[in-house]
This record gives sequence, C-alpha cells and structure tokens, in this order.
Amino acid sequence: MPLDKKRILIAKPGLDGHDVGAKVIALALRDAGAEVIYTGLRRSPEHIVRIAVDEDVDMVGLSILSGSHKELVADVVSRLESEDAGDIKLFVGGTIPDEDHADLRDAGVSGVFTSEMKIETVIAEIERQLS
Amino acid sequence: MTDIDTRLAGKGGAPSRATNDPLARTPSGIDVPVTITPDMAGTVAIGAPGQFPFTRGIFENGYRGRLWTIRQYSGFGTAESTNARYKFLLDRGQTGLSVALDLPTQCGYDPVDPMARSEVGKVGVSLSNLAEAEILFDGIDLSGISTSFTINGTAAIVYAMYLAVADKQGVPRDKLTGTIQNDILKEYVARGTWIFPVRQSMRLIADSVLYANAETPRFNPISIAGAHVRDAGANAAEEMGYTLANGLAYVDEFKARGGDINAFAKRLSFFFYVHMDLFEEVAKFRAGRRLWAKLLRDRYGVTDEKALRFRFGVVCGGSSLTAAQPQNNIVRVGIETLAAVMGGAQSVFTCAFDEAYQIPTETSAEIALRTQQIVAHESGVARTVDPLGGSYYTEWLTDRMEEEIARIMREVDDYGGVVKAIEDGYLQTRIAERAKERKQATDSGDRPVVGVNVGTREKTETDTGEMFHQDPETVRHVTDKYERVMDGRDAAAVESALARLRAAARTDDENVMPHLVECCHAYATVGEMVAALKAEWGEFQEPIRF
Repeated sequence: MPLDKKRILIAKPGLDGHDVGAKVIALALRDAGAEVIYTGLRRSPEHIVRIAVDEDVDMVGLSILSGSHKELVADVVSRLESEDAGDIKLFVGGTIPDEDHADLRDAGVSGVFTSEMKIETVIAEIERQLS
Repeated sequence: MTDIDTRLAGKGGAPSRATNDPLARTPSGIDVPVTITPDMAGTVAIGAPGQFPFTRGIFENGYRGRLWTIRQYSGFGTAESTNARYKFLLDRGQTGLSVALDLPTQCGYDPVDPMARSEVGKVGVSLSNLAEAEILFDGIDLSGISTSFTINGTAAIVYAMYLAVADKQGVPRDKLTGTIQNDILKEYVARGTWIFPVRQSMRLIADSVLYANAETPRFNPISIAGAHVRDAGANAAEEMGYTLANGLAYVDEFKARGGDINAFAKRLSFFFYVHMDLFEEVAKFRAGRRLWAKLLRDRYGVTDEKALRFRFGVVCGGSSLTAAQPQNNIVRVGIETLAAVMGGAQSVFTCAFDEAYQIPTETSAEIALRTQQIVAHESGVARTVDPLGGSYYTEWLTDRMEEEIARIMREVDDYGGVVKAIEDGYLQTRIAERAKERKQATDSGDRPVVGVNVGTREKTETDTGEMFHQDPETVRHVTDKYERVMDGRDAAAVESALARLRAAARTDDENVMPHLVECCHAYATVGEMVAALKAEWGEFQEPIRF
C-alpha cells in the first residue's frame, strides 16, 4: 500500500475536544497502510513535538477546530525547527477559514484540510507529499 | 421474524429500493415502506397530551400556554463583548440567555496558564473569576431571565459563580431559573472537556444536583445531552439511546447519594441535536419522551407524574450545516426548527448560517433568531398540541424509534453499563466508527447533502459574506483584568476557602458546593478551584482508541 512503513502522528493540540475528524483521518491513514499514532486530547505543542521526534515520524497532522490554529501551528513549527526536525511534514485539519490557508502554508504547513474534502482526496495528497 | 419484519412484509410492503437508497431508509437505519397503512400505525398506546406516557408532549396545552424559550448559544472574547451581544439579542426578542464559555474555562485553566493562552475567548467567553461574571451579567436582572450554561467539567464551579453573582445582585436564590449542562458522561464520549476521573466526576455532579434542588428549586442542575454524541457521529436513535442510558446512570448515582427520585427527577432536563430528517427527529422526541416516562415509572417506581415529564432543549444545525453554499443553512435550520417544535421542545437554539465556520456575526445571529420567530408566529405549528400526532408515518416511526432506542440501551447494559463502556473506550470507538461511516456515505453520495455532493459548484464571492473577526487584544484585556483581580483580593481568604474545599473533597460524602460558592465569593479562580479538586481526585486518563 502507498503509505506502507510511513509513520504518522495525529495530534490534538490545545484544549479543543472535537476529535471526530482526527479519528476519521487516523482510521483512513491506517487503512492506507500507515502506522498511526494518535495523541488523544489536550496536548501541548511541546508534548506533540517530543512524540514526533521520539517516534521518528514522517508526518504530523494537527487537528484544530477552536480557531487557535495560527498560534498553535507557529508554536509547533518553531519547536520542530529547534529540534532539528524540520523535515517532518506538517498538515493541519479542522475548521480553518479560507483566508488563513495561505498564512498557514507560509508558516510551514504542507497542506490544510477541511471537513468537506473527501477522505480520498486528503489521503491522496498525503501520499503524494510523503512519497 | 420479529414483529417489525412481519409488519414490513405485510400490507405496507418492503422497501422498494436498494438499501443504500436514502429514500428507503432513515439515517438511523430504519427501513421505511412506501406506504404505511392504518393497521401498521399506532400499535402502542400514545395517551393524551400532558398525560402518561407523554408521547404527545408533557403539557396538555402544548405551546398555547407558553411558547418555547428562544435561547441562542452565544459568547466570545471578553465578558464585556459578550455582555453587549446579550443585550443585542435580548433587544431583538430573545427570551433566555445561553452562555458559551471558552475552552480554558471549560477545562479548568486560568487565562494566564500556558495551556490556555492560545484559546482565551476563542469559542466562548473567558470567565475565570467572579469579577468577570459581574461584568458578563451587568445590567441584566437575573431574577427576570433564565440562563443556560453549556458547561460540564467545571459546571459545579460555574454554577457556584452564578449563585455568587446573584447574591451580589441581591437576587434571592429561589428566584433563579436556568440550566447548567453538568453532564460529564457524554464529555468522555464526545466533546472532551472532562477533567476528573469518571467516578469522582459523578460525585461532583451529585453534589451539585442535590445542593441545587435544595438551594435553587427552579433551576435545572443537569441537562443530559445527546447533542454532542450526535454531532460526533451517532445517529438519532443512538443519540437518544445513549442519552437515556446516561440519564439512568445519573438517577442511580443521585439515589445512591440519598436523593429522592420523585423530587430530583422533576429537575432533570435533556438536550439534543435536531438534524435534517424531519419525521425521524419528531419520532425520536416522541419515542424518547415515552420511553423515559415508562422507565422511571416501571423500573424506578416514580409516582409523581411531574417527575415523569421529559423536558428537553434542542440545538438546530451543527454538523448538518455545510460550509459550502452557506446561505442554504438558513433553510436547513428552518426545517429543523419545525421538527423541534413538532417534537415538543421546551427551548430551541438555532445555529446561524455561518456557524459551520465561524462565530456568527450580528447579521447571521439575527437571522437565526428571526427563524424561530417565523416558525412561532407565522407557521401556525404552535397552534395545536402535537400536530403530527396520529399521522400513520409519525406513529409508525415513533414505535420503530422506541424499539431501536430500547435496543441500543440494552446493548450498553449488556456491555456492563455506561460507566464501564466509557472507561474502556467502547462508546468512543463506536462513535468514531459511525463518524467514519457518515463521512464515507457523504463522500460517496449515499448520504445526499446539497452543496456538498448534490448541486455542487465552485465557491463564489457571495458565498463567503461577512466575516467575523476576533478582537486581537482579547487575550491582553483578559489577562490584564485577571492580574488586577489577583492583586486586589484577600489572599488569605482565598487560601482558607480553597483549603476547606480540598478538605471537603477528601471526604466521601461532604457536599463541596457550599465551599465552591465561598471560593467564588473570595474571587478564587476556576483554575485554582480545579487544581484543589485535582489534588484530591486526580485526572481522567483518556483511553486512546480509534
């Protein structure tokens, strides 16, 4: 399968408790062959980056629906960089207004996914970027 | 064959189309015949409106006596900005307040906590101490309005703060009306604002409910909510089934703590989503109301008729709304409001059309409120009680939903009860699977959604409309105020109030509520009170399953 041997961390930064999207994507990534680690709720950027580094993942997917995406993404990006782990791809999913997508990409995010995108579209984009 | 199969194979005929045809099957998976004949409907006694088993509603006179409460969930940024929005909504005809709190307040962190900073004021108002509550309700007479709080992990604390602010306004406690959600069980399954382990949380809820029954007899100290489980993926029957199962778990807890069921059951209330399948939603409410009354009477021996009344509020919208072609959501919410009212709801919150992607603007918030007024004053559905009662489809589907809800409750019972199902992560996994199924059905088109898989087109500029922008200074305003309150309060009084709270929490049976009220009066913060309780009770360890 296309994501065989890929290690992916799905994370819920901050206090947001909406975990449906994170779990649906985690299930779909696992079905596509990836080894998926899910953090559970309420993780600090520090904790997420530590797991990403310790587990030597290829990608981190952040799920954020509380409107705090800019702050949380900036924090995760700077911590990845200071851990010399800038090669880990970062994706963001959730309730992200269109007007913020470009800013997130500029901040170092490889892809922004929203709830109305098809699962297959999301998985295909992740496959493309991780291959 | 079961009873249902027999009836399906009988006069009405089996569904005429393939099973993945959305016209042949309700979202809860009930196969619906093309024709429902009189002999298929009404096989269960429905009773009269206002009488057991309350299929037709809990009041004899429906909405003629009193219209439902128009209660728009609202709150963002600072207490000052939310207070202004409340005054705007009240001015436009809203009849009850519904407070949206930010995540730090919901999860028990003060705004200065590193875990909180990026979330201050984002999804609701920041309410870390009594000074903020005084601003939030400034100029609003709490003896004249009912206030609902969507608060769970810190519900007992926010309720204590409401009592403290009422004390400061000079409002007698027996005049206070409103609701705190205070339903922690569903937080572990969906929504996620848990703090303490399940059993300690149940103790805190029992403390607050028993205290509230005595102290504020007109206040609903719990609103057992299916809405969030529904929005997370459950279907309508599961929403009702899990909620009634949770309701019985609370009843058991309150009884074990010495509560009198004929008394506390009168103040239990419920909260649900209304999604788009109009008849299934109406049937869900009629069936749930009937089943709850039967369970309390037959299993728990409740004798007071008032304690059998299933009172519920609803929210229309949520995940049934789409970010694509958002103005279509106005129509969706209109249909859902009809379902809520024909199902007999006591209070209705209608989401704004832009709520799928942002905090509503004043314009969209007003349209949502007007939608309810149009249903209330123009549509005529409030004219007679239970207007769909007696319709072949409504009665047939109500019976099917009752069977399905009862089956789901048995499944949870067979697993070992809700508390075990939650601690093990069983229910969480079920909901995640359902969410995946619903997403796949939407992607494939098996679940038609206009703008998403039917009637799709490229986004246009008029789709986006007016954007809501948070005040970038919110965090600074909130933390500055916080520091001023910390500097101005009597530190020794705070410390001793927190110490007494901790001592009460350490016992098995001393009610912590009086101590929480005392802490609030001393301007102790939500974060401090939660820290005191955590020190005694620990934290919930989330089972990581997907």
